[in-house]
Amino acid sequence: MNDTGGGVVLTDVRGPSALGGGWRRFFELLYLISVTEFKKTYFGTALGYVWSLVRPLLLFAVLLFVFTKIFRLGSTVPNYPVMLLLNIVLIGFFQEVTNNAVTSVVGRESIVRKTQFPRLVIPMATVLTGLLNLGMNLIAVAIFLLAYGVDPMWTWLFLPLLVAILFVLTSATSLLLSSLYVRFRDVAIMWSVIVAALFYGSPILYPFDTSVVPTLEPYQGVLAINPLTPFFAQVRHWIIDPTAPTAVEAVGGWTHMIAPTAIFVAVCVIGVWVFTRAAPRVAEEL
Amino acid sequence: MATPSSTDTATEAPARRERAAGPVDGPVVIEARGIDKTFRIPSHRIDSFKERIVRPFARVEYRELRALRDVSFEVRQGEFFGIVGRNGSGKSTLLKILASIYRADAGTIRMVGRPAPFIELGVGFNPDVSARENIVLNGVMMGLSQREARRRVDAVLDFAELGEFADLKLKNYSSGMMVRLAFSVMLQSDAEILLIDEVLAVGDAAFQQKCKDVFHEMRDAGRTIVLVTHDMTAVESFCHRALLLHDGEIVHIGDPEQVQRQYLRLNFAGGDGGAAAKGGVVPDVHARLVDSWLENESERAVNVELGKPIRFGAVFEALRDLERPTFGFHCYNEDGLEMFVFHRTLLLEEGQPDRLAEGQRARISGTVENPLMPGRYNLKCWVARRRNPGDLALHGIDVLDFVVFGTAPPRGLVLVEADVDAAPERPEGR
Repeated sequence: MNDTGGGVVLTDVRGPSALGGGWRRFFELLYLISVTEFKKTYFGTALGYVWSLVRPLLLFAVLLFVFTKIFRLGSTVPNYPVMLLLNIVLIGFFQEVTNNAVTSVVGRESIVRKTQFPRLVIPMATVLTGLLNLGMNLIAVAIFLLAYGVDPMWTWLFLPLLVAILFVLTSATSLLLSSLYVRFRDVAIMWSVIVAALFYGSPILYPFDTSVVPTLEPYQGVLAINPLTPFFAQVRHWIIDPTAPTAVEAVGGWTHMIAPTAIFVAVCVIGVWVFTRAAPRVAEEL
Repeated sequence: MATPSSTDTATEAPARRERAAGPVDGPVVIEARGIDKTFRIPSHRIDSFKERIVRPFARVEYRELRALRDVSFEVRQGEFFGIVGRNGSGKSTLLKILASIYRADAGTIRMVGRPAPFIELGVGFNPDVSARENIVLNGVMMGLSQREARRRVDAVLDFAELGEFADLKLKNYSSGMMVRLAFSVMLQSDAEILLIDEVLAVGDAAFQQKCKDVFHEMRDAGRTIVLVTHDMTAVESFCHRALLLHDGEIVHIGDPEQVQRQYLRLNFAGGDGGAAAKGGVVPDVHARLVDSWLENESERAVNVELGKPIRFGAVFEALRDLERPTFGFHCYNEDGLEMFVFHRTLLLEEGQPDRLAEGQRARISGTVENPLMPGRYNLKCWVARRRNPGDLALHGIDVLDFVVFGTAPPRGLVLVEADVDAAPERPEGR
């Protein structure tokens, strides 16, 4: 910085970056865009809120039928319908956001190429919109939870922590995917397959608990590598059934927590690193 | 809507032109030093993981495109600064670097505050939300705080004359309303520096006139503006100074008139000018265009109605003695296709010499039949000496830029009267 006379101060222009323009600008834009998107879904159409609930509910109804009437798994798990609904809503957030995030940067091409814009806002707005959506859906889950007859527990206070963990994982994955998609267009197809695998590979339809699902036994070690596995175990322990094993117990002790934690941290670090590296050049690559 | 203002500007234009000349003595607000930018364009782009995995060692070959080399300049406060050049000269890249959309490979840029870039009108407008919300969103994108952006909403709506549609979703706006809104958003931006890229290129004649009025206003209000354009009349009428880029390098920087001359030289020396290449020298020092206009019911106009004759006039001044001058008029459509050509020599009275003396003016005016379909057209004039098309005094200068408006079936290039009948033939013989 220096003064060129007349009290005019020049500052360096450093070019585009993930966070160009500072934190305040980042948060203001992020807030505005997410809220705009959110309003669009909820107030834009007459049945806005209904639609965003119908999808998880319909999936829930189908799965509930399959797993309580056909496979009989549900009847051995305490509070199975509530667990299923909560899990579907949580994984639904992850699926929907990451799927939208893949194309988010490319889809907002005109903004990226024609305005000065903190690049990080774009995928993060997708995440935040999803988060607002999740909040609405969790209200519906809470009503169902009480109506089903689950007694309120003090551990429900941990829900924000659980959502925060999922939020971090979802954000990092979104950053990674959105910047990779700019270069590699088959990321979208690959991700849709991976997401499906995660849906069945994570304890969403079934509890990660060999005392209830003994057939899990031989695969316990492999499945526990997935960071979503201990996550959903802990969700069950804190929210649905306090007698269910905690995350640590479910994966088989602290040593087995190392792999999923390491993967979690790796995804976060790689996601942020890849995105900040790609951000300055993304307008040219599009 | 723009009729009164358009006649206004047409008559005031020369006065404003004078005002444009001369440097501005404010403090430096943009300082660019040695800007370099190279785009790496892969000759075979690997854009899937599959390809990466199938051929992990395939070397990606890049073609390097040096968009800018060692570009340095300064812009002072209150200056209207033009960046001009042909397509692909790097002018838009330079603007995007100034706007922090691209990152320069080398060099430094220093600037006062955050500039507001207008690469295109209405970038980031969301069709699904109301105008009000879009104005706030756009304001924040352009660097305002949310509170400032909200405070600005009414002013923007007032200027756009869209107050009653404030809560209408943008997707229900007509394109005209949308453009008005976008423009108003730009004007109401209180950024220290505005970076504008050829917004004039869109819209109808009335809109373009409005743009021009707005630019004059902003310039007279002392705002610092960097305008990228290839419209030389814009450069001449707005800019205090201009920068001419060619293949990423600065050819000239300074006086707009000088820049305009150099630009024409670049455009017509390249071979596609033909005549200029034959002539060898670029003799646009021999004559100049003093004034040109389009008439409509004796008033100056900016456009012509479909099928109505084009009434126009132009005044040229000889800067040297011109022997037996020929004025060649060539009309081009938007795609650069030559639509028609006509030539005129001086109409002389008995005993008058067929020449223009230094400082003498020639006035050309009249009516041209108009078969042109609706669209944008451009009338250029070449002035040759001694009846020799290779001996040019003035090169393809823009005389008119006009729009033919009206509705016509969008087929063909021209609309012709056809006195043709179709009738069934009687079978003969039987």
